[in-house]
Amino acid sequence: MNFRELSVLRADLAFIAHWVREASHVLDLGCGDGVMLEYLQSDKLCIGYGVEIDDNKIPQCIERGVAVIQQDLEAGLAMFADNAFDTVLCLSALQMMKNVEGVLRDIARVGREAIVSFPNFAYWPHRVSLLRGRMPVSKTLPYEWYDTPNLRCATIKDFAELANRVGLEVLECVALHKGKPVGFLPNWRGSLAVFRLRKK
Amino acid sequence: MSSLGIVSPQVMHFKSPLRLSSGASLADYTLVYETYGTLNADRSNAVLVCHALNASHHVAGMYEGEGGNKNLGWWDNMVGPGKPLDTDRFFVIGINNPGSCFGSTGPMHVNPATGKPYGADFPVVTVEDWVRAQAGLADEFGIRQFAAVMGGSLGGMQALSWSILFPDRVRHAIVIASTPKLSAQNIAFNDVARQAILTDPDFHGGDYYAHGVVPRRGLRVARMVGHITYLSDDSMAEKFGRELRNGGYQFSYDIDFEIESYLRYQGDKFSEYFDANTYLLITKALDYFDPAKDYGNDLTKALANTQAQFLLVSFTTDWRFPPERSREIVQALVNNKRKVTYAEIAAPHGHDAFLLDDPRYMNTVRAYYDRVWQEINNRRRT
Repeated sequence: MNFRELSVLRADLAFIAHWVREASHVLDLGCGDGVMLEYLQSDKLCIGYGVEIDDNKIPQCIERGVAVIQQDLEAGLAMFADNAFDTVLCLSALQMMKNVEGVLRDIARVGREAIVSFPNFAYWPHRVSLLRGRMPVSKTLPYEWYDTPNLRCATIKDFAELANRVGLEVLECVALHKGKPVGFLPNWRGSLAVFRLRKK
Repeated sequence: MSSLGIVSPQVMHFKSPLRLSSGASLADYTLVYETYGTLNADRSNAVLVCHALNASHHVAGMYEGEGGNKNLGWWDNMVGPGKPLDTDRFFVIGINNPGSCFGSTGPMHVNPATGKPYGADFPVVTVEDWVRAQAGLADEFGIRQFAAVMGGSLGGMQALSWSILFPDRVRHAIVIASTPKLSAQNIAFNDVARQAILTDPDFHGGDYYAHGVVPRRGLRVARMVGHITYLSDDSMAEKFGRELRNGGYQFSYDIDFEIESYLRYQGDKFSEYFDANTYLLITKALDYFDPAKDYGNDLTKALANTQAQFLLVSFTTDWRFPPERSREIVQALVNNKRKVTYAEIAAPHGHDAFLLDDPRYMNTVRAYYDRVWQEINNRRRT
Protein backbone atom coordinates (compact mmCIF):
# COMPACT_ATOMS: atom_id res chain seq x y z
CA MET A 1 0.00 0.00 0.00
CA ASN A 2 1.35 3.43 -0.91
CA PHE A 3 0.66 6.85 0.57
CA ARG A 4 -1.91 7.83 -2.03
CA GLU A 5 -3.94 4.70 -1.36
CA LEU A 6 -3.85 5.35 2.36
CA SER A 7 -4.87 9.02 1.83
CA VAL A 8 -7.92 7.89 -0.12
CA LEU A 9 -8.88 5.23 2.43
CA ARG A 10 -8.14 7.13 5.61
CA ALA A 11 -6.97 10.73 5.37
CA ASP A 12 -6.51 10.96 9.14
CA LEU A 13 -4.12 7.99 9.15
CA ALA A 14 -2.22 9.44 6.21
CA PHE A 15 -1.59 12.60 8.23
CA ILE A 16 -0.55 10.64 11.30
CA ALA A 17 1.77 8.37 9.29
CA HIS A 18 4.11 11.34 8.78
CA TRP A 19 4.90 11.19 12.48
CA VAL A 20 6.12 7.58 12.38
CA ARG A 21 9.79 7.27 11.58
CA GLU A 22 10.97 4.84 8.92
CA ALA A 23 11.92 1.33 9.98
CA SER A 24 10.61 1.81 13.49
CA HIS A 25 9.13 -0.86 15.73
CA VAL A 26 5.43 -0.08 16.05
CA LEU A 27 2.57 -1.26 18.24
CA ASP A 28 -0.88 -0.31 16.96
CA LEU A 29 -3.46 -0.61 19.73
CA GLY A 30 -6.97 -1.06 18.40
CA CYS A 31 -5.55 -1.59 14.92
CA GLY A 32 -8.92 -2.44 13.33
CA ASP A 33 -8.47 -3.99 9.90
CA GLY A 34 -4.73 -3.29 10.03
CA VAL A 35 -4.66 -0.66 7.29
CA MET A 36 -2.23 1.65 9.14
CA LEU A 37 0.27 -1.12 9.85
CA GLU A 38 0.01 -2.44 6.32
CA TYR A 39 0.97 1.01 5.06
CA LEU A 40 3.76 1.49 7.62
CA GLN A 41 5.18 -1.94 6.80
CA SER A 42 5.11 -1.61 3.04
CA ASP A 43 5.92 2.08 2.58
CA LYS A 44 7.97 2.96 5.67
CA LEU A 45 9.55 -0.45 6.32
CA CYS A 46 8.28 -0.56 9.88
CA ILE A 47 7.74 -3.81 11.75
CA GLY A 48 5.44 -4.50 14.66
CA TYR A 49 2.12 -5.74 15.89
CA GLY A 50 -1.48 -4.74 15.93
CA VAL A 51 -3.70 -5.41 18.91
CA GLU A 52 -7.40 -5.86 18.24
CA ILE A 53 -10.32 -7.41 20.12
CA ASP A 54 -12.89 -7.71 17.30
CA ASP A 55 -13.12 -11.28 15.87
CA ASN A 56 -14.09 -10.00 12.43
CA LYS A 57 -11.03 -7.78 12.16
CA ILE A 58 -8.50 -10.56 12.77
CA PRO A 59 -8.78 -12.23 9.33
CA GLN A 60 -8.74 -8.75 7.73
CA CYS A 61 -5.43 -7.97 9.43
CA ILE A 62 -4.04 -11.34 8.35
CA GLU A 63 -5.06 -10.64 4.74
CA ARG A 64 -3.12 -7.38 4.92
CA GLY A 65 -0.06 -9.22 6.21
CA VAL A 66 -0.31 -7.59 9.62
CA ALA A 67 0.76 -9.54 12.69
CA VAL A 68 -2.24 -9.03 14.93
CA ILE A 69 -2.69 -10.13 18.51
CA GLN A 70 -6.26 -10.58 19.65
CA GLN A 71 -6.59 -9.08 23.07
CA ASP A 72 -8.65 -6.71 25.15
CA LEU A 73 -6.61 -3.56 25.78
CA GLU A 74 -8.28 -3.19 29.15
CA ALA A 75 -6.66 -6.47 30.20
CA GLY A 76 -3.33 -4.67 30.03
CA LEU A 77 -0.26 -4.92 27.87
CA ALA A 78 1.65 -7.34 30.10
CA MET A 79 2.70 -9.26 27.00
CA PHE A 80 4.90 -6.36 25.93
CA ALA A 81 8.12 -5.42 27.67
CA ASP A 82 9.04 -1.92 28.87
CA ASN A 83 10.19 0.33 26.01
CA ALA A 84 9.67 -2.50 23.53
CA PHE A 85 8.42 -0.14 20.80
CA ASP A 86 9.67 3.03 19.15
CA THR A 87 6.11 4.20 18.64
CA VAL A 88 2.81 3.08 20.13
CA LEU A 89 -0.26 4.07 18.14
CA CYS A 90 -3.65 4.30 19.78
CA LEU A 91 -5.87 5.78 17.11
CA SER A 92 -9.56 6.45 17.69
CA ALA A 93 -9.62 3.69 20.30
CA LEU A 94 -8.83 5.27 23.66
CA GLN A 95 -12.31 6.77 24.01
CA MET A 96 -13.73 3.23 24.08
CA MET A 97 -11.72 2.28 27.16
CA LYS A 98 -13.15 2.06 30.64
CA ASN A 99 -9.78 2.52 32.26
CA VAL A 100 -8.31 5.23 30.04
CA GLU A 101 -5.67 6.19 32.55
CA GLY A 102 -4.49 2.58 32.96
CA VAL A 103 -4.21 2.04 29.22
CA LEU A 104 -2.37 5.33 28.80
CA ARG A 105 0.09 4.39 31.55
CA ASP A 106 0.70 1.08 29.79
CA ILE A 107 1.27 2.92 26.50
CA ALA A 108 3.85 5.10 28.26
CA ARG A 109 5.51 1.98 29.65
CA VAL A 110 5.89 -0.06 26.44
CA GLY A 111 6.66 2.78 24.02
CA ARG A 112 9.27 5.48 23.71
CA GLU A 113 6.83 7.63 21.80
CA ALA A 114 3.08 7.45 21.39
CA ILE A 115 0.55 8.83 18.97
CA VAL A 116 -2.98 9.03 20.32
CA SER A 117 -6.07 10.21 18.51
CA PHE A 118 -9.69 10.53 19.65
CA PRO A 119 -12.84 12.38 18.64
CA ASN A 120 -12.72 15.92 19.97
CA PHE A 121 -15.84 16.41 22.04
CA ALA A 122 -15.36 20.17 21.87
CA TYR A 123 -15.78 20.22 18.08
CA TRP A 124 -18.20 23.10 17.48
CA PRO A 125 -21.19 21.13 16.11
CA HIS A 126 -21.01 19.03 19.29
CA ARG A 127 -21.10 22.21 21.38
CA VAL A 128 -24.09 23.47 19.40
CA SER A 129 -25.85 20.18 19.89
CA LEU A 130 -25.30 20.37 23.64
CA LEU A 131 -26.51 23.98 23.71
CA ARG A 132 -29.68 22.73 22.06
CA GLY A 133 -29.95 20.22 24.87
CA ARG A 134 -29.06 17.07 22.89
CA MET A 135 -26.05 14.77 22.93
CA PRO A 136 -24.02 15.27 19.75
CA VAL A 137 -24.32 12.83 16.85
CA SER A 138 -21.88 13.58 14.05
CA LYS A 139 -19.56 11.90 11.58
CA THR A 140 -16.89 11.46 14.25
CA LEU A 141 -19.41 10.51 16.95
CA PRO A 142 -21.95 8.65 14.86
CA TYR A 143 -23.78 6.92 17.72
CA GLU A 144 -26.74 7.67 19.92
CA TRP A 145 -25.96 8.17 23.59
CA TYR A 146 -27.44 4.75 24.46
CA ASP A 147 -25.57 2.60 21.94
CA THR A 148 -22.20 4.30 21.63
CA PRO A 149 -19.02 2.27 22.14
CA ASN A 150 -17.36 5.58 23.07
CA LEU A 151 -17.39 5.47 26.84
CA ARG A 152 -15.25 8.59 27.29
CA CYS A 153 -15.80 12.06 25.98
CA ALA A 154 -12.73 14.29 26.04
CA THR A 155 -11.57 17.56 24.58
CA ILE A 156 -8.07 18.47 23.49
CA LYS A 157 -7.49 20.41 26.72
CA ASP A 158 -8.76 17.53 28.87
CA PHE A 159 -6.47 14.99 27.25
CA ALA A 160 -3.35 17.16 27.49
CA GLU A 161 -3.89 17.24 31.24
CA LEU A 162 -4.18 13.45 31.60
CA ALA A 163 -1.18 12.81 29.34
CA ASN A 164 0.89 15.05 31.56
CA ARG A 165 -0.32 13.21 34.65
CA VAL A 166 0.72 9.75 33.39
CA GLY A 167 4.22 10.95 32.53
CA LEU A 168 3.85 11.80 28.85
CA GLU A 169 5.15 15.03 27.38
CA VAL A 170 3.10 16.50 24.53
CA LEU A 171 5.42 16.95 21.54
CA GLU A 172 2.74 17.97 19.11
CA CYS A 173 -0.98 18.34 19.20
CA VAL A 174 -3.01 18.79 16.06
CA ALA A 175 -6.73 18.94 15.47
CA LEU A 176 -7.82 17.37 12.21
CA HIS A 177 -10.97 17.75 10.27
CA LYS A 178 -11.54 15.41 7.34
CA GLY A 179 -7.91 14.38 7.70
CA LYS A 180 -6.57 17.96 7.37
CA PRO A 181 -5.02 19.94 10.22
CA VAL A 182 -7.03 22.86 11.56
CA GLY A 183 -4.84 25.87 12.41
CA PHE A 184 -7.39 28.40 13.62
CA LEU A 185 -9.37 27.57 16.80
CA PRO A 186 -8.43 23.88 16.72
CA ASN A 187 -10.37 22.89 19.85
CA TRP A 188 -13.48 24.30 18.14
CA ARG A 189 -12.95 23.36 14.53
CA GLY A 190 -11.09 20.05 14.78
CA SER A 191 -13.22 16.89 14.92
CA LEU A 192 -10.29 14.56 15.62
CA ALA A 193 -7.60 15.32 18.19
CA VAL A 194 -4.14 13.89 17.52
CA PHE A 195 -1.31 13.95 20.05
CA ARG A 196 2.31 13.02 19.61
CA LEU A 197 3.71 12.18 23.01
CA ARG A 198 7.02 11.21 24.53
CA LYS A 199 7.89 9.68 27.84
CA LYS A 200 9.06 12.41 30.22
CA MET B 1 -18.98 -35.94 3.11
CA SER B 2 -15.38 -35.24 2.31
CA SER B 3 -14.53 -33.39 -0.84
CA LEU B 4 -11.20 -35.22 -1.12
CA GLY B 5 -13.01 -38.48 -1.78
CA ILE B 6 -11.27 -41.80 -1.25
CA VAL B 7 -7.71 -41.62 0.03
CA SER B 8 -5.25 -44.35 0.88
CA PRO B 9 -2.31 -44.50 3.26
CA GLN B 10 1.25 -45.02 2.09
CA VAL B 11 4.22 -46.59 3.81
CA MET B 12 7.87 -45.58 3.97
CA HIS B 13 10.54 -47.73 5.51
CA PHE B 14 13.70 -46.28 7.06
CA LYS B 15 16.81 -48.42 7.37
CA SER B 16 18.93 -46.03 9.39
CA PRO B 17 18.19 -45.92 13.11
CA LEU B 18 16.06 -43.19 14.68
CA ARG B 19 18.01 -41.89 17.66
CA LEU B 20 15.67 -40.92 20.44
CA SER B 21 15.88 -38.26 23.15
CA SER B 22 16.00 -40.98 25.80
CA GLY B 23 19.30 -42.30 24.40
CA ALA B 24 17.60 -45.38 22.99
CA SER B 25 17.04 -45.80 19.29
CA LEU B 26 14.75 -47.56 16.86
CA ALA B 27 17.01 -49.74 14.69
CA ASP B 28 14.78 -49.41 11.69
CA TYR B 29 11.26 -48.15 11.43
CA THR B 30 8.27 -47.59 9.23
CA LEU B 31 6.18 -44.46 8.87
CA VAL B 32 2.65 -44.51 7.53
CA TYR B 33 1.45 -41.31 5.91
CA GLU B 34 -1.10 -39.79 3.58
CA THR B 35 -0.72 -36.95 1.14
CA TYR B 36 -3.30 -34.70 -0.50
CA GLY B 37 -2.80 -32.27 -3.35
CA THR B 38 0.23 -31.98 -5.59
CA LEU B 39 3.78 -31.04 -4.71
CA ASN B 40 4.81 -28.20 -7.02
CA ALA B 41 8.02 -28.17 -9.05
CA ASP B 42 10.10 -26.16 -6.57
CA ARG B 43 8.57 -28.08 -3.63
CA SER B 44 7.52 -24.86 -1.94
CA ASN B 45 3.87 -25.69 -1.29
CA ALA B 46 4.23 -28.53 1.23
CA VAL B 47 2.32 -28.38 4.51
CA LEU B 48 2.81 -30.88 7.29
CA VAL B 49 -0.18 -31.55 9.53
CA CYS B 50 0.78 -33.10 12.88
CA HIS B 51 -1.67 -35.25 14.81
CA ALA B 52 -2.63 -35.19 18.46
CA LEU B 53 -3.10 -37.95 21.02
CA ASN B 54 -5.69 -40.24 19.50
CA ALA B 55 -5.46 -39.30 15.82
CA SER B 56 -3.30 -40.46 12.94
CA HIS B 57 -1.99 -39.77 9.46
CA HIS B 58 -5.59 -39.97 8.24
CA VAL B 59 -6.11 -36.20 8.27
CA ALA B 60 -8.66 -35.81 5.49
CA GLY B 61 -10.63 -37.75 2.93
CA MET B 62 -12.27 -41.13 3.40
CA TYR B 63 -11.11 -44.70 3.36
CA GLU B 64 -12.53 -46.99 0.72
CA GLY B 65 -15.23 -49.48 1.59
CA GLU B 66 -15.84 -48.01 5.00
CA GLY B 67 -18.74 -45.66 4.50
CA GLY B 68 -20.13 -43.13 6.90
CA ASN B 69 -18.52 -40.29 8.79
CA LYS B 70 -16.57 -42.64 11.04
CA ASN B 71 -13.75 -43.02 8.59
CA LEU B 72 -13.52 -39.43 7.59
CA GLY B 73 -10.11 -37.88 8.32
CA TRP B 74 -9.94 -36.19 11.71
CA TRP B 75 -9.40 -32.72 10.24
CA ASP B 76 -11.48 -33.11 7.09
CA ASN B 77 -13.32 -29.86 7.88
CA MET B 78 -9.97 -28.03 7.76
CA VAL B 79 -8.11 -29.80 4.96
CA GLY B 80 -9.35 -30.42 1.42
CA PRO B 81 -10.22 -28.70 -1.83
CA GLY B 82 -11.55 -25.21 -1.04
CA LYS B 83 -11.12 -25.80 2.71
CA PRO B 84 -9.06 -23.40 4.88
CA LEU B 85 -5.98 -25.51 4.13
CA ASP B 86 -6.76 -25.84 0.45
CA THR B 87 -5.39 -29.00 -1.17
CA ASP B 88 -5.89 -27.41 -4.61
CA ARG B 89 -3.02 -25.12 -3.60
CA PHE B 90 -0.98 -27.01 -1.05
CA PHE B 91 0.59 -30.44 -0.88
CA VAL B 92 -0.47 -31.69 2.52
CA ILE B 93 1.20 -34.53 4.41
CA GLY B 94 -0.18 -36.33 7.44
CA ILE B 95 2.30 -38.66 9.17
CA ASN B 96 1.55 -41.25 11.81
CA ASN B 97 4.09 -40.83 14.60
CA PRO B 98 6.29 -43.69 15.79
CA GLY B 99 4.86 -45.29 18.92
CA SER B 100 1.35 -44.86 17.61
CA CYS B 101 -1.03 -47.74 16.92
CA PHE B 102 -2.15 -46.77 13.44
CA GLY B 103 0.58 -48.31 11.31
CA SER B 104 3.90 -46.61 11.98
CA THR B 105 6.34 -48.63 14.07
CA GLY B 106 4.79 -48.99 17.50
CA PRO B 107 4.54 -51.20 20.56
CA MET B 108 2.46 -53.90 18.85
CA HIS B 109 5.10 -54.40 16.18
CA VAL B 110 7.81 -57.01 16.41
CA ASN B 111 11.00 -55.90 18.09
CA PRO B 112 13.77 -57.15 15.78
CA ALA B 113 16.00 -57.69 18.83
CA THR B 114 13.63 -60.19 20.48
CA GLY B 115 11.35 -61.42 17.72
CA LYS B 116 8.37 -60.54 19.93
CA PRO B 117 6.13 -57.48 20.02
CA TYR B 118 7.77 -54.50 21.73
CA GLY B 119 4.95 -54.08 24.21
CA ALA B 120 6.08 -52.04 27.18
CA ASP B 121 9.68 -52.26 25.90
CA PHE B 122 8.94 -49.81 23.13
CA PRO B 123 11.24 -46.88 23.90
CA VAL B 124 9.63 -43.74 25.28
CA VAL B 125 9.39 -41.22 22.45
CA THR B 126 9.21 -37.44 22.69
CA VAL B 127 7.73 -34.70 20.58
CA GLU B 128 11.25 -33.93 19.37
CA ASP B 129 11.74 -37.58 18.30
CA TRP B 130 8.57 -37.38 16.24
CA VAL B 131 9.68 -34.16 14.63
CA ARG B 132 13.00 -35.73 13.63
CA ALA B 133 11.18 -38.74 12.17
CA GLN B 134 8.89 -36.40 10.23
CA ALA B 135 11.93 -34.51 8.94
CA GLY B 136 13.30 -37.82 7.64
CA LEU B 137 10.15 -38.33 5.61
CA ALA B 138 10.31 -34.75 4.31
CA ASP B 139 13.88 -35.48 3.16
CA GLU B 140 12.64 -38.44 1.14
CA PHE B 141 10.17 -36.14 -0.60
CA GLY B 142 12.97 -33.64 -1.25
CA ILE B 143 11.09 -31.05 0.79
CA ARG B 144 13.77 -28.73 2.08
CA GLN B 145 11.34 -26.31 3.71
CA PHE B 146 7.67 -26.60 4.59
CA ALA B 147 5.40 -23.71 3.66
CA ALA B 148 3.75 -24.49 6.99
CA VAL B 149 3.78 -27.02 9.79
CA MET B 150 0.46 -27.11 11.59
CA GLY B 151 -1.16 -28.92 14.46
CA GLY B 152 -3.63 -28.68 17.31
CA SER B 153 -2.96 -29.63 20.93
CA LEU B 154 -0.11 -32.18 20.90
CA GLY B 155 0.10 -31.51 17.15
CA GLY B 156 0.70 -27.85 17.93
CA MET B 157 3.61 -28.86 20.15
CA GLN B 158 5.14 -30.61 17.15
CA ALA B 159 4.69 -27.49 15.01
CA LEU B 160 6.36 -25.41 17.73
CA SER B 161 9.13 -27.97 18.06
CA TRP B 162 9.74 -27.89 14.29
CA SER B 163 10.34 -24.15 14.49
CA ILE B 164 12.97 -24.73 17.19
CA LEU B 165 14.70 -27.88 15.89
CA PHE B 166 14.64 -26.99 12.19
CA PRO B 167 14.36 -23.20 12.09
CA ASP B 168 15.13 -22.90 8.37
CA ARG B 169 12.79 -25.68 7.33
CA VAL B 170 9.52 -24.03 8.45
CA ARG B 171 8.21 -20.83 6.93
CA HIS B 172 5.06 -20.77 9.04
CA ALA B 173 4.26 -22.60 12.25
CA ILE B 174 0.55 -22.85 13.02
CA VAL B 175 0.04 -23.78 16.65
CA ILE B 176 -3.56 -24.30 17.75
CA ALA B 177 -4.97 -24.95 21.24
CA SER B 178 -1.52 -25.87 22.46
CA THR B 179 0.91 -25.10 25.24
CA PRO B 180 4.66 -24.67 25.76
CA LYS B 181 4.48 -27.31 28.50
CA LEU B 182 1.99 -29.27 30.54
CA SER B 183 0.85 -27.94 33.90
CA ALA B 184 0.90 -30.05 37.06
CA GLN B 185 -2.84 -30.51 36.59
CA ASN B 186 -2.36 -31.74 33.01
CA ILE B 187 0.28 -34.23 34.15
CA ALA B 188 -1.96 -35.34 37.01
CA PHE B 189 -4.79 -36.18 34.60
CA ASN B 190 -2.36 -38.06 32.39
CA ASP B 191 -1.12 -40.09 35.31
CA VAL B 192 -4.64 -41.04 36.37
CA ALA B 193 -5.11 -42.33 32.83
CA ARG B 194 -1.82 -44.23 32.94
CA GLN B 195 -2.58 -45.73 36.34
CA ALA B 196 -5.91 -46.96 35.04
CA ILE B 197 -4.07 -48.85 32.30
CA LEU B 198 -1.08 -49.99 34.37
CA THR B 199 -3.28 -51.43 37.13
CA ASP B 200 -5.63 -53.26 34.78
CA PRO B 201 -5.02 -57.00 35.41
CA ASP B 202 -5.16 -57.51 31.65
CA PHE B 203 -2.19 -55.20 31.13
CA HIS B 204 0.37 -57.93 31.91
CA GLY B 205 3.23 -55.46 32.12
CA GLY B 206 2.48 -54.33 28.58
CA ASP B 207 2.72 -57.83 27.07
CA TYR B 208 -1.02 -58.35 26.80
CA TYR B 209 -0.62 -59.21 23.09
CA ALA B 210 0.96 -62.53 24.09
CA HIS B 211 -1.93 -63.21 26.46
CA GLY B 212 -4.53 -62.54 23.80
CA VAL B 213 -6.22 -59.86 25.91
CA VAL B 214 -6.53 -56.08 25.94
CA PRO B 215 -6.53 -53.93 29.09
CA ARG B 216 -9.88 -52.64 28.05
CA ARG B 217 -11.03 -51.44 31.46
CA GLY B 218 -7.92 -49.33 31.89
CA LEU B 219 -8.21 -47.85 28.43
CA ARG B 220 -11.86 -47.03 29.02
CA VAL B 221 -11.16 -45.13 32.21
CA ALA B 222 -8.16 -43.42 30.59
CA ARG B 223 -10.33 -42.25 27.74
CA MET B 224 -13.13 -41.15 30.07
CA VAL B 225 -10.74 -39.01 32.10
CA GLY B 226 -9.15 -37.60 28.97
CA HIS B 227 -12.49 -36.85 27.40
CA ILE B 228 -13.62 -34.82 30.39
CA THR B 229 -10.64 -32.54 29.90
CA TYR B 230 -11.51 -32.00 26.23
CA LEU B 231 -14.95 -30.58 27.00
CA SER B 232 -15.90 -27.40 28.80
CA ASP B 233 -18.15 -27.36 31.84
CA ASP B 234 -20.62 -25.30 29.81
CA SER B 235 -20.70 -27.60 26.80
CA MET B 236 -21.20 -30.62 29.06
CA ALA B 237 -23.98 -28.80 30.90
CA GLU B 238 -25.62 -27.86 27.64
CA LYS B 239 -25.27 -31.27 26.03
CA PHE B 240 -26.14 -33.43 29.03
CA GLY B 241 -26.99 -31.34 32.05
CA ARG B 242 -28.41 -33.69 34.68
CA GLU B 243 -30.53 -35.52 32.16
CA LEU B 244 -31.42 -39.01 33.26
CA ARG B 245 -31.29 -42.02 31.04
CA ASN B 246 -34.45 -43.64 32.35
CA GLY B 247 -36.44 -40.72 33.67
CA GLY B 248 -35.68 -41.39 37.32
CA TYR B 249 -32.92 -42.52 39.66
CA GLN B 250 -32.10 -46.23 39.43
CA PHE B 251 -30.69 -46.45 42.98
CA SER B 252 -27.91 -48.62 41.57
CA TYR B 253 -24.48 -48.20 40.02
CA ASP B 254 -25.75 -48.65 36.50
CA ILE B 255 -26.09 -45.65 34.26
CA ASP B 256 -28.29 -42.94 35.74
CA PHE B 257 -27.14 -39.80 33.97
CA GLU B 258 -26.72 -39.23 30.24
CA ILE B 259 -23.18 -37.96 30.81
CA GLU B 260 -22.28 -41.37 32.26
CA SER B 261 -23.74 -43.08 29.25
CA TYR B 262 -21.84 -40.79 26.91
CA LEU B 263 -18.48 -41.21 28.63
CA ARG B 264 -18.83 -44.97 28.88
CA TYR B 265 -19.72 -45.12 25.21
CA GLN B 266 -16.66 -43.02 24.35
CA GLY B 267 -14.51 -45.24 26.55
CA ASP B 268 -15.84 -48.45 25.00
CA LYS B 269 -15.39 -47.22 21.46
CA PHE B 270 -11.86 -46.03 22.21
CA SER B 271 -10.82 -49.27 23.88
CA GLU B 272 -11.75 -51.16 20.74
CA TYR B 273 -9.35 -49.37 18.44
CA PHE B 274 -6.66 -47.79 20.57
CA ASP B 275 -3.60 -49.51 21.99
CA ALA B 276 -2.87 -49.22 25.71
CA ASN B 277 0.92 -49.07 25.30
CA THR B 278 0.49 -46.27 22.78
CA TYR B 279 -1.70 -44.38 25.23
CA LEU B 280 1.06 -44.64 27.84
CA LEU B 281 3.70 -43.51 25.37
CA ILE B 282 1.81 -40.54 24.04
CA THR B 283 0.83 -39.23 27.47
CA LYS B 284 4.52 -39.40 28.40
CA ALA B 285 5.46 -37.45 25.27
CA LEU B 286 2.95 -34.83 26.38
CA ASP B 287 4.34 -34.70 29.92
CA TYR B 288 7.94 -34.42 28.75
CA PHE B 289 7.37 -31.62 26.24
CA ASP B 290 9.04 -28.51 27.60
CA PRO B 291 11.32 -26.83 25.05
CA ALA B 292 12.28 -24.09 27.53
CA LYS B 293 13.82 -26.66 29.86
CA ASP B 294 17.11 -26.71 27.96
CA TYR B 295 17.22 -22.91 28.02
CA GLY B 296 17.06 -22.24 31.75
CA ASN B 297 13.25 -22.46 31.62
CA ASP B 298 13.26 -19.34 29.49
CA LEU B 299 10.83 -19.75 26.59
CA THR B 300 12.05 -16.53 25.01
CA LYS B 301 15.54 -18.04 24.75
CA ALA B 302 14.13 -21.35 23.49
CA LEU B 303 12.44 -19.52 20.63
CA ALA B 304 15.34 -17.14 19.90
CA ASN B 305 16.62 -19.17 16.95
CA THR B 306 13.28 -19.64 15.27
CA GLN B 307 12.91 -18.14 11.81
CA ALA B 308 9.30 -19.02 11.10
CA GLN B 309 6.30 -16.76 11.18
CA PHE B 310 3.63 -17.93 13.59
CA LEU B 311 -0.10 -18.22 13.90
CA LEU B 312 -1.43 -19.18 17.31
CA VAL B 313 -5.07 -19.85 18.08
CA SER B 314 -6.62 -20.61 21.44
CA PHE B 315 -10.18 -21.07 22.67
CA THR B 316 -11.51 -19.25 25.70
CA THR B 317 -13.25 -22.26 27.27
CA ASP B 318 -10.30 -24.62 26.79
CA TRP B 319 -9.23 -25.42 30.33
CA ARG B 320 -6.86 -28.19 29.27
CA PHE B 321 -4.58 -25.80 27.36
CA PRO B 322 -6.14 -22.43 28.17
CA PRO B 323 -5.44 -19.15 26.33
CA GLU B 324 -2.86 -18.18 28.97
CA ARG B 325 -0.61 -20.99 27.71
CA SER B 326 -0.84 -19.78 24.11
CA ARG B 327 -0.19 -16.23 25.28
CA GLU B 328 3.05 -17.41 26.92
CA ILE B 329 4.22 -18.60 23.50
CA VAL B 330 3.06 -15.36 21.85
CA GLN B 331 4.87 -13.30 24.46
CA ALA B 332 8.11 -15.24 23.98
CA LEU B 333 7.82 -14.70 20.22
CA VAL B 334 7.07 -10.99 20.69
CA ASN B 335 10.15 -10.74 22.89
CA ASN B 336 12.10 -12.12 19.94
CA LYS B 337 10.34 -9.75 17.52
CA ARG B 338 9.02 -12.71 15.53
CA LYS B 339 6.09 -12.15 13.26
CA VAL B 340 3.23 -13.69 15.21
CA THR B 341 -0.52 -13.50 14.88
CA TYR B 342 -2.74 -14.65 17.71
CA ALA B 343 -6.47 -15.29 17.67
CA GLU B 344 -8.37 -16.03 20.84
CA ILE B 345 -11.72 -17.51 19.88
CA ALA B 346 -14.60 -17.22 22.35
CA ALA B 347 -15.91 -20.70 21.54
CA PRO B 348 -17.96 -22.68 24.07
CA HIS B 349 -16.60 -26.15 23.26
CA GLY B 350 -13.45 -26.36 25.36
CA HIS B 351 -10.31 -28.03 24.04
CA ASP B 352 -12.29 -29.91 21.39
CA ALA B 353 -13.04 -26.59 19.66
CA PHE B 354 -9.88 -26.96 17.60
CA LEU B 355 -11.54 -29.82 15.70
CA LEU B 356 -14.86 -28.03 15.23
CA ASP B 357 -16.22 -25.58 12.69
CA ASP B 358 -16.36 -22.19 14.40
CA PRO B 359 -16.47 -19.70 11.48
CA ARG B 360 -14.19 -17.18 13.28
CA TYR B 361 -11.58 -19.91 13.69
CA MET B 362 -11.96 -21.25 10.16
CA ASN B 363 -11.83 -17.74 8.64
CA THR B 364 -8.68 -16.95 10.57
CA VAL B 365 -6.88 -20.07 9.37
CA ARG B 366 -8.18 -19.57 5.83
CA ALA B 367 -6.95 -15.97 5.73
CA TYR B 368 -3.58 -17.12 7.04
CA TYR B 369 -3.16 -19.78 4.36
CA ASP B 370 -4.22 -17.22 1.73
CA ARG B 371 -1.21 -15.16 2.82
CA VAL B 372 1.07 -18.19 2.79
CA TRP B 373 -0.11 -18.93 -0.73
CA GLN B 374 0.47 -15.34 -1.90
CA GLU B 375 3.93 -15.49 -0.39
CA ILE B 376 4.76 -18.67 -2.33
CA ASN B 377 3.65 -17.02 -5.57
CA ASN B 378 5.54 -13.79 -4.85
CA ARG B 379 8.72 -15.74 -4.18
CA ARG B 380 8.31 -17.55 -7.45
CA ARG B 381 7.99 -14.29 -9.39
CA THR B 382 11.10 -12.74 -7.89
